[in-house]
Amino acid sequence: MTDILVFGELRGGKAKKITKELITAADRIAGELGGEINGLFVGEGAASAAEEFKGYGFKRIFYAEDDALKNYSTEGYAKVVSDVIKSTGARYVLAGATAMGRDLFPRVAARVDGVMFSDCVDLRVEDGRAIAKRPVYSGKVFIEITSKDERPTIVAIRPNNIPPAEPKGDGAEIVKQDSDVTIDTIRAIAKEIVPLAGGRPDLTEADIIVSGGRAMKDASNFKILEELADLLGGAVGASRAAVDSGYAPHALQVGQTGKIVNPKLYIACGISGAIQHLAGMRTSKVIVAINKDPNAPIFEKAHYGIVGDLFEVVPLLTEELKKIL
Amino acid sequence: MKIITLLKRVPDTEARILINQEGTGIREDGLKYVINPYDEYAIEEGLKVREKVGGDSKVTVVTMGPEEATELIRTALAMGADDAVHIVDPLLENAGPFTSAAVLAKVIEEEGFDIIFCGKQAIDDDMAQVQTILAEMLDIPQVNVATEFELSDDGKKAVLSRRIEGGDEKYETALPAIISCEKGLNEPRYASLPGIMKAKKKEIRKKTLADLGFETKPQGGRAEIVRWLPLPKSGECKIVEAEELQDAVKELVRLLREESKVL
Ligand SMILES: Cc1cc2nc3c(=O)[nH]c(=O)nc-3n(C[C@H](O)[C@H](O)[C@H](O)COP(=O)(O)OP(=O)(O)OC[C@H]3O[C@@H](n4cnc5c(N)ncnc54)[C@H](O)[C@@H]3O)c2cc1C
Ligand SMILES: Nc1ncnc2c1ncn2[C@@H]1O[C@H](COP(=O)(O)O)[C@@H](O)[C@H]1O
Repeated sequence: MTDILVFGELRGGKAKKITKELITAADRIAGELGGEINGLFVGEGAASAAEEFKGYGFKRIFYAEDDALKNYSTEGYAKVVSDVIKSTGARYVLAGATAMGRDLFPRVAARVDGVMFSDCVDLRVEDGRAIAKRPVYSGKVFIEITSKDERPTIVAIRPNNIPPAEPKGDGAEIVKQDSDVTIDTIRAIAKEIVPLAGGRPDLTEADIIVSGGRAMKDASNFKILEELADLLGGAVGASRAAVDSGYAPHALQVGQTGKIVNPKLYIACGISGAIQHLAGMRTSKVIVAINKDPNAPIFEKAHYGIVGDLFEVVPLLTEELKKIL
Repeated sequence: MKIITLLKRVPDTEARILINQEGTGIREDGLKYVINPYDEYAIEEGLKVREKVGGDSKVTVVTMGPEEATELIRTALAMGADDAVHIVDPLLENAGPFTSAAVLAKVIEEEGFDIIFCGKQAIDDDMAQVQTILAEMLDIPQVNVATEFELSDDGKKAVLSRRIEGGDEKYETALPAIISCEKGLNEPRYASLPGIMKAKKKEIRKKTLADLGFETKPQGGRAEIVRWLPLPKSGECKIVEAEELQDAVKELVRLLREESKVL
């Protein structure tokens, strides 16, 4: 049996974009190995998300929504997810490699006596086995990995790697999952989410990122990157040198000890291209480097480069794009 | 208060990682090893809690890793940790997260604990799983990717911030708990010269699997690495040039729209 369970993550009552990407991955596995695909939503908005995803080829969509599950808690959510994995006998569980997925699923893996592959960038079938691809050593090499036996296998997939699914198939059966989680049994729980200032998309989910390095010289100079990013609907990132110098908050750091990002377009402004920075952004589909040093290592990884002063190039680029966008 | 901090030995962030000739792993010759960078925040936070709580509070470093990890444990002791347990056993080479968590759980139970600090992820296997599986095995809560930590005055709970997409999640946990640390939580101190001198006399208790009462390696081998893959070769970089910078920028925009179609 190769039944698959897709965990649809909710944020602010809405299903995250990764949900449709997971459905594509599930279709690939089911297409080759057979088996049914079920979905699961937990938390605030679960019932309406189940309704919204009715036409995406699921056999059944489970949802659990009550006061004890309103705020995220590992313990509460792990209980519901483990119960559904056990009751459906899911062989594969697909989840987002998001803050929630990374926190929740190692505990679920332990509870269902399964195995988890973190931070995968691809999932496909080879010789009758599902094989996940994931970076190790901070993205300096990749491994392809599979489970040795028939245990539940949780594959956490990074956002932005797999195209989103389109609606298809008959309506799913919607099943209310009763949860016996009570608030007094939860020992650790999220109280509230304080959004980052700026209102830009999150780095790990952004399609376009404009990043600045030590060359920005001052926090106020990030304005020119913000203007470009806002025009493109993108996010702003920074190198560690820029963060350590106090030009940008740590939440914006890209790299081995910052965020791992995977946008369609990454524009590196005044960033030299240290190995730890590359570790965080080298999988970007297109990399543009703007640097005044023609020998900067970033040019070895970039697809397009302009050798020049970013304080001239970035405003020109913004002007040029304003004309066409 | 009994504070445990976890420390893993990993290749330096600067290291070039190459796949070995057989294609079964990485080349380890010439690699320099360091304390997992996130574990440094864990050690620092452990020391800060000890300083805050005072009394007979104690910070114990726990490491599972090869003989050579001793050197890094000494660094943690020089930063100010009180003592350490070092699990060394050839059977534990390339242990997966379940094995690591099971072994660490055994040691931590033997040691006793009120709070455990560790890194949000080890930068070799990049799994970010050991701490959460460990929490499940010890039947305590965990809070991952902490950027703020504050212990209540009675030491029975903590309020934290954890980094999530586009914001910070304010979290509250009862103790004992495991807290995995993110950059930004604190500034790890350096080992002082007197600290280094003192560290030489601090106790590192070495243990094997047998010492911990394991007859075989616990629950290993659930995942099979099918193959190791190098990074795809990066293509040539197209340097866009023109007499006037403005024309180069125009050309770049054209390439992004027409050639790579990302705009
Ligand atoms: C344990 C560890 C972890 C690390 N983790 C990370 C990480 O997660 N992320 C990260 O980014 N780094 C990380 N680093 C740091 C990394 O090694 C580099 O020091 C850092 O990335 C350099 O940042 P930078 O490129 O902005 O600065 P620099 O290396 O100083 O480069 C500045 C660049 O700007 C160019 N420049 C200067 N002025 C201009 C101008 N006016 N116009 C155009 N170009 C200009 C210069 O030619 C130069 O190439 C880590 C280091 C360690 C030891
Ligand atoms: N062998 C080990 N010895 C001590 N601590 C470890 C070990 N493996 C993992 N850890 C801790 O668990 C965290 C997560 O590890 P990982 O799941 O391997 O990414 C690390 O940051 C360490 O703090």
